[in-house]
Amino acid sequence: MNYQPSDYLPIIVQLGAALAFIVLTMVATHWLGPKRHSSKKDDVFECGIESIGDARTPISVKYFLVAILFVLFDVEIVFMYPWAVNFKELAWDGFVEMVVFMSFLLLGFIYVIKKGVLKWEK
Amino acid sequence: MNFWYFLTALTLLSALMVVFAKNPIHSVLYLVFTFFCISGHYVLLNAQFLMAVNIIVYAGAIMVLFLFVIMMLDLRKNVPESKSNLTKLAGAVLGGTLLVVFIAATRHMNLGNGSGAIGAQTGMVESLGMILYKDYLLPFELVSVLFFVAMVGAVMLGKREAGERNF
Amino acid sequence: MEITSTLFAAKAIYIGLIFAITLGVAAYSTYGERIVAAWMQDRVGPDRAGPFGIFQPLADAVKMFMKEDFIPANSSKWLFIAWPCLSMLTALLTSAVVPFGDKLDLGGGIEMDLQGIDVNIGILWVFGIVSLGVYGILVGGWASNNKYSLLGAIRAASQNISYELAMGLSIIAILMMTGSLSTKVIVETQQNGAGFLSWNIWSQPIGFVIFIVCAFAECNRTPFDLPECETELIGGYHTEYSSMKLGFYLFSEYINMFVSGAVMATLYFGGYDYPFNEVVEAQFGQNIAALVGVGALMGKALFFVFVFMWVRWTLPRFRYDQLMNLGWTGLIPISMFNVVWTGLSILIPTTFNLPAWASIVVSWSGIGVLLIGLIIYHGATSKKKTVALAH
Repeated sequence: MNYQPSDYLPIIVQLGAALAFIVLTMVATHWLGPKRHSSKKDDVFECGIESIGDARTPISVKYFLVAILFVLFDVEIVFMYPWAVNFKELAWDGFVEMVVFMSFLLLGFIYVIKKGVLKWEK
Repeated sequence: MNFWYFLTALTLLSALMVVFAKNPIHSVLYLVFTFFCISGHYVLLNAQFLMAVNIIVYAGAIMVLFLFVIMMLDLRKNVPESKSNLTKLAGAVLGGTLLVVFIAATRHMNLGNGSGAIGAQTGMVESLGMILYKDYLLPFELVSVLFFVAMVGAVMLGKREAGERNF
Repeated sequence: MEITSTLFAAKAIYIGLIFAITLGVAAYSTYGERIVAAWMQDRVGPDRAGPFGIFQPLADAVKMFMKEDFIPANSSKWLFIAWPCLSMLTALLTSAVVPFGDKLDLGGGIEMDLQGIDVNIGILWVFGIVSLGVYGILVGGWASNNKYSLLGAIRAASQNISYELAMGLSIIAILMMTGSLSTKVIVETQQNGAGFLSWNIWSQPIGFVIFIVCAFAECNRTPFDLPECETELIGGYHTEYSSMKLGFYLFSEYINMFVSGAVMATLYFGGYDYPFNEVVEAQFGQNIAALVGVGALMGKALFFVFVFMWVRWTLPRFRYDQLMNLGWTGLIPISMFNVVWTGLSILIPTTFNLPAWASIVVSWSGIGVLLIGLIIYHGATSKKKTVALAH
């Protein structure tokens, strides 16, 4: 199989169609709907309670830790794609290589779990 | 070739917007767009796997992390005052030095005449995998050690202190 | 493959068709959802708009369009408008690499794959675009400047990124067997052999279960629809959205359901493959066989859409800590085990010259090993828990 950059040409058609659909819909809904403003109505809806302060306050560090672990594991998975594709040629050598790679990651993973980073109820 | 010029202009424009945008969230979003343009360049170079990895890792993972970090910061408090002249001068000197280093490095680079040393299918995932898992085995295994260290480091840095304000 | 202008035009028509079909299926999934819900709960369901209520999606669309295009005063206006659009865009672009059918003979020696783009990275395209779907939710919720929206958005984003990992790992097990990222090749390797017996589901039972769970989480469907659960966070990340901006969020969910159904069919259920396709091809020609294949894929994808709805009315919602625990400490280790076990199931038969069915035996024995491992692990942890409680 000979892959070329021109393989991607049809995606431009799909992108164009999707963009056209989205823009048309947004313009249409903007024109069709009524527009009535009032200071109370333009407030955000927080269960009917008057909104105090700005919503953009700092969030829990836990989400940040999940995100950083996600990045690490994502890169690991990306490393596995070229390996998986060549798995049958690499055979046992490749298998051992990946088991070593994964065991290091698993070690880190066990450390993370033992530290209680992924415990949400606390 | 025309498409290349268009894509490059777009890349540079969005990269500049990353720097000039006032709101850090906007900066991140421009950066995501920049990564997309760079992925477009990878497609033109027929480096298809790199293109996908660029989207998955940079646009899909690292930028999400950036967004989380920005959301964790209190933006209202940390609005930077206009920088002093000394900071501006230091920035200009540092940037200029980096530019000089880049120019010096690329001037003596031998780009070759582009004839046939590399096959057109080198950028496909199959050939990349064979190179990575046969010739560059040790760096690959070392990467896992790096991951391990990064995980431990993240946990150490992110451990919750008592009395911190959280949702 | 050289792309000539004729072929390009044909591809453009094909993409337009798939685009229309995707939108149509998504629109009628909303109707199907109500019908299925009504059927499960022994109700009548929508029956006012047209015979059997079949114009219900149209009525809904008109209602959505006529609603006020509301933008809160404190929100970031442009981000607020742009981000539902991005959600929709990512949903609409995923289907490009799904092979909807085999080659179609257009006459004049031109053959066209019934697939948007057949590229080397294939399934990674889906993975990449899905990973961008996080932005639609995260920035959309942030732009609303509503505390509940932001909380819902962050929870949704954490959920999506957590389940993406297990999804990626379950795809890797498939790639080890097919040796290519191209979705076309993945389908073709499932085609040779005896009908549906060569589909990947027979050698990837664990992988499929992981994949379908992750697909539920990625589509934010019940039991993983916490980001929009009404009892805790009003409407979650789309609390402030109205008119077609809300419509885009809801609509993209249905498109994602359909596309993930098609992807599951491609990866595990032979894609456009169906039993006796050689007979059909010999009897009626290539084009008819390809079109039947399109029908087969649609049928499989729609069945998965039905499963999505079925589960919605069967399982209760997870709590957030349960959800994250399942993703991180449940699915990721299991999918890692699946990768290793798939490796063994491929290597053991080739090393010891065993017949082909041995690999399937090894892969199914993986379930047994996994279950034993889980029981031992559970026993160990529950013993610890009782000890901790006793103290």
